[in-house]
Amino acid sequence: MKKIYADNAATTRLSKEALDAMMPYLTDYYGNPSSLYSLGVKSRQAVENARNIIAECLNADPKEIFFLSGGSEADNWAIKGAAHLSAKKGKKHIITSKFEHHAVLHTLDSLKKEGFEVTYLDVHENGIIRPEELENAIREDTALVTIMFANNEIGTIQPVKEIGEICKKHKVIFHTDAVQAVGAIPVDVKEIGCDLLSISAHKFHGPKGVGAIFMRKGLRLPNLIDGGAQESGRRAGTENIAGVVGMSVALKHSCEVMAERNARLEKMRDRLIDGLLKIDRSIINGDRVHRLPGNVNMCFHGLEGESLLLSLDLKGVSASSGSACTSGSLDPSHVLLAIGLPHEVAHGSLRLSFSDENTEEDIDYLLEIIPPIVTRLRSMSPLWEKIIKNS
Amino acid sequence: MAYSEKVMDHFANPRNVGELPDANGIGEVGNSRCGDIMKMYIKVENNIIVDVSFKTFGCGAAIATSSMATELIKGKSVDDALKLTNKAVMEALDGLPPVKVHCSVLAEQAIKAALSDYYRRQGIDPEPIVGKIEEHDEHGEDSCH
Repeated sequence: MKKIYADNAATTRLSKEALDAMMPYLTDYYGNPSSLYSLGVKSRQAVENARNIIAECLNADPKEIFFLSGGSEADNWAIKGAAHLSAKKGKKHIITSKFEHHAVLHTLDSLKKEGFEVTYLDVHENGIIRPEELENAIREDTALVTIMFANNEIGTIQPVKEIGEICKKHKVIFHTDAVQAVGAIPVDVKEIGCDLLSISAHKFHGPKGVGAIFMRKGLRLPNLIDGGAQESGRRAGTENIAGVVGMSVALKHSCEVMAERNARLEKMRDRLIDGLLKIDRSIINGDRVHRLPGNVNMCFHGLEGESLLLSLDLKGVSASSGSACTSGSLDPSHVLLAIGLPHEVAHGSLRLSFSDENTEEDIDYLLEIIPPIVTRLRSMSPLWEKIIKNS
Repeated sequence: MAYSEKVMDHFANPRNVGELPDANGIGEVGNSRCGDIMKMYIKVENNIIVDVSFKTFGCGAAIATSSMATELIKGKSVDDALKLTNKAVMEALDGLPPVKVHCSVLAEQAIKAALSDYYRRQGIDPEPIVGKIEEHDEHGEDSCH
């Protein structure tokens, strides 16, 4: 049976190049980078080399890159750090969007318990915030704006450059969760004008459990993890040497092939969307233009997402859905509700996300198998029966 | 979350799926807002469920529990069908993940709703026999499951 991995927004396969670069640091070069002898120095050099590569990919200074455990830690540090720093100046207001990742939303929930106030910007039907609404929401006591670069479910790309300009004008710290963007689309911290940016390695064919934060020079957030003097005393813990090496190799490769790969992925994405839109009562979620090259997110009325995923799995396809059944909660995805979908429609969502490993043949196969699966599930759905009767 | 082989079998090859044109009892439970609706059709002759079918909008477990519930009551007496519990449906499927237990409850309720409808059509008040069933509520705003 054909096997298609179409859940690259969840995680990606570790690339061969990254694995090869990591192996020596999992075997022969096991020294602690803080040690003075040559085995330790070898590890230190590997970490600093990785930092230089990542800084270059983001147009940052290596001193602005700090390694940590992944996107969630980066979001926690950026948001809690910026909040606590600003609270000392009496600023306790934070602006975000309604459809951030839970690493951001739940961090904000915990800050609200400490007395911070949060404004959630609307993301409208197309899944994009409006800069003028951000500017209107900024107050004297606004400490931080945290808005994602690209959404993890519907792939919509936010106007980060405009957000950066507004934040600069009002002297508000700007953090962007760029976990879905880094490695997928060009990310230039100088162009964006952000102060903090979160990165996760496993989204671009790097290893899991490692990430980084970009923290603009001159901004010193209070530490999240206290301990040893690693990462210039900003983030304690013995470095994940193999992890950061793998991350740097994977990111470098992603950035080198980006232009060619994205032209190919966009073509595949658009062909798949056009093909799936031919299915009766199907909709595309999120803006079609300002969208990650590898993201397709659709809803099919009258069916439920988990049964769609199981059916796809039986055909060898790994995908994802924002239905309540797959989210582990009782409500469907907060992202789909934020763009105004009714619950019953949001339950019937399907996310297919692609990387450089996917091919046009994958799209052919998906277009061949998805329509009959939708028809089959609808044929046994009392909700579909009602939709047809009422139309 | 992993489903048992039996759940996957009933999901991939559901038994007794579709409408039953000559049903004399039809029940529907759940609501679209919560992501699952089960509709059960039964045909009763001489107190025996001679035929049964279902239609379900919902997750894999919702489809599998509906399918298994129809198998468990087909050919049984109305009294036996009334005794069907969600636990029996779960056991017959070799278990369900904890977050999916509500699907088996819904399957039990769907059978009871169909039996209630059958009694009603016979001019019998079902409530003393079947108990109170939460009928399908299209605009149910109350919390799911």
